[in-house]
Amino acid sequence: MTKALPSVSRPASPGFATFDDPRHSLLVDGDGEPDFGAIQTSEDFLALKRRVTRFILPATLLFLAWYVTFVLLSAYAADFMSTPLFGTVNVGLTMGFLQFVTTIIITMAYARYSKKRLDPQVEKVRALAETDEELA
Amino acid sequence: MTGTNTAINLSVFGIFVLLTLYIVYRASTRNVSASDYYAAGSSFTGTQNGIALSGDFLSAASFLGISGAIAVNGYDGFLYSIGWVVAWLIGLMLIAERLRNTGRYTMGDVMAFRMRQRPVRAAAANATLVISLFYMIAQMAGAGGLMALLLDVHSTVGQAIIIAVVGIVMVLYVLVGGMKGTTWVQIIKAILLILSVSLLTIFLIGKFGFDMSAMLDRATQKSPLGEAVLSPGVKYGASDLSKIDFLSLALALVLGTASLPHVLMRFYTVPNAKEARRSVVWATWMMVIFYSCTLVIGFGAMALVGTDKITGAPGGENSAAPLLAFQIGGTVLLGIVCAVAFATILAVVAGLTLTASASFAHDVYANVIKHGEANPRDEVRVARITAVCVGVLAIVGGIAANGQNIAFLVALAFALAASANLPTLLYSLFWKRFNTRGTLWSIYGGLTSCVLLIVFSPAISGSKSSMFPDADFSYFPLSNPGIVSIPLSFLAGFLGTILSKEPADPAKQSEMEVRGLTGIGSGLR
Repeated sequence: MTKALPSVSRPASPGFATFDDPRHSLLVDGDGEPDFGAIQTSEDFLALKRRVTRFILPATLLFLAWYVTFVLLSAYAADFMSTPLFGTVNVGLTMGFLQFVTTIIITMAYARYSKKRLDPQVEKVRALAETDEELA
Repeated sequence: MTGTNTAINLSVFGIFVLLTLYIVYRASTRNVSASDYYAAGSSFTGTQNGIALSGDFLSAASFLGISGAIAVNGYDGFLYSIGWVVAWLIGLMLIAERLRNTGRYTMGDVMAFRMRQRPVRAAAANATLVISLFYMIAQMAGAGGLMALLLDVHSTVGQAIIIAVVGIVMVLYVLVGGMKGTTWVQIIKAILLILSVSLLTIFLIGKFGFDMSAMLDRATQKSPLGEAVLSPGVKYGASDLSKIDFLSLALALVLGTASLPHVLMRFYTVPNAKEARRSVVWATWMMVIFYSCTLVIGFGAMALVGTDKITGAPGGENSAAPLLAFQIGGTVLLGIVCAVAFATILAVVAGLTLTASASFAHDVYANVIKHGEANPRDEVRVARITAVCVGVLAIVGGIAANGQNIAFLVALAFALAASANLPTLLYSLFWKRFNTRGTLWSIYGGLTSCVLLIVFSPAISGSKSSMFPDADFSYFPLSNPGIVSIPLSFLAGFLGTILSKEPADPAKQSEMEVRGLTGIGSGLR
């Protein structure tokens, strides 16, 4: 068995593994190892990557910007941060506490997004390399 | 403090040690494989590991140090907690799942995945050992200081003996229990810690009629700084330089957390990426609860005990929480709080010892010396011997560093991790072209620049509060090196990569990217 070329549009039946579901375009090379190059360029994987980026890039930029804003305000705008809001509780303490709140919100949003949008797509990509997992 | 007091402290603590040692013994398996020793056979659930993660992370510096910093510096002490909470988002979204999918036991597994194995693994192990030792020495020194307060041990020899006992018990945990035992110790300790701070907080808030404002009002009356204690700038607002120092600290806190080797290694104790994600979610909740509580405890201590009494007590700032406990619950509550604090130190150093020994045995012994062909039994034996050596080093270092500022030493460990590990991990996970030379440059560039800046900082020499007040070689004006060394490490990784003639391995890159996101090829389900 020669090593197959890494290509997405390979014939559905690899020839040697007749017990495979022929409807799958199995991205598995001749040794039964997943063909990572082919998976990486497959439509399903690219879709997964787009979904991941769509969440973590804006979320990461957002929380870093919010944290840096808070730190810079603490260092250079002490007067603004000490404006009282509720009784003796001032803007700075409130903003600090809000950092906790946003952290929890982003954490829970990511957990939810992963469950709904990422995990099913991961399953799809994994199905491309199914034989390997079964043989292993 | 009285003799009965000491007896209560000792017995509560003794019960904790015996109980955990028993559990560690029961949890351990006779014939340990490498996977058992390093990663507890990846058998923990996300929830269990999340609690253990918070246990690993919430050190004595967090509990005693932060509540003390708030009790004395008010607002500026609170800033530490915010950095440490926000930082978990990096771990959650960028690191945890990819690390679980690509590695097996250590940080070096991920860094060396698509690079030349031997040099990169050696570099990763060096970074792990330096960071873990720094962190551990800080904790051990803390144990000595804590004992001055808790057990009324003031002689240097007495404190040295206590540091040695801590070291011996922690090595026992690691030798007998491996990762499984150590994880159970973390879980028990985390639950005890969160329970006790939550109860203290509820009690304190109740005492002021569930009105935070009233409590802060009372706190400002008791602080010599008055209203200023609620505003930024008490500690870091003095000059432009101290403000930059503060920015540097803030950067190290938020970037260092998710790249501490002992935190990273925890992600291998769960079976797959979903559980790794769940662990971080749990850990984040625990952190938010804990640090919200320390805020109340800190200001509560300021209001009820008073800043002057705290700074005047043996142990200084670190004594805020114990003094508060004594004030509201007498000797029994003091005993419990002290025992929890001590258990915290013990558990954290055990986690660190395990990480350091795993890194040496798996990366250096098995992959660098034996070219990846070591017998797993020998590998575990080497790990155990390393654990003993690391324990001895930590005891010696802890005795030498006894009396130094703990929070400062811990902050340095964060700066080191953020400089040496984070740029390397991010490049290696997200930048296609990143190659072996880039990896080595960013690890060693970050590590050495950070260490050098520390050596030439005012924390080491040149001022009254330095380690060597009589000498002066403080050529670098900041105590926190992160603001320079972290960008420097990113730059070094970038330059190393583009200046190298050896291109990245595209096949390995494909494998790492696919495996990192999906787990294909990792054998994980």
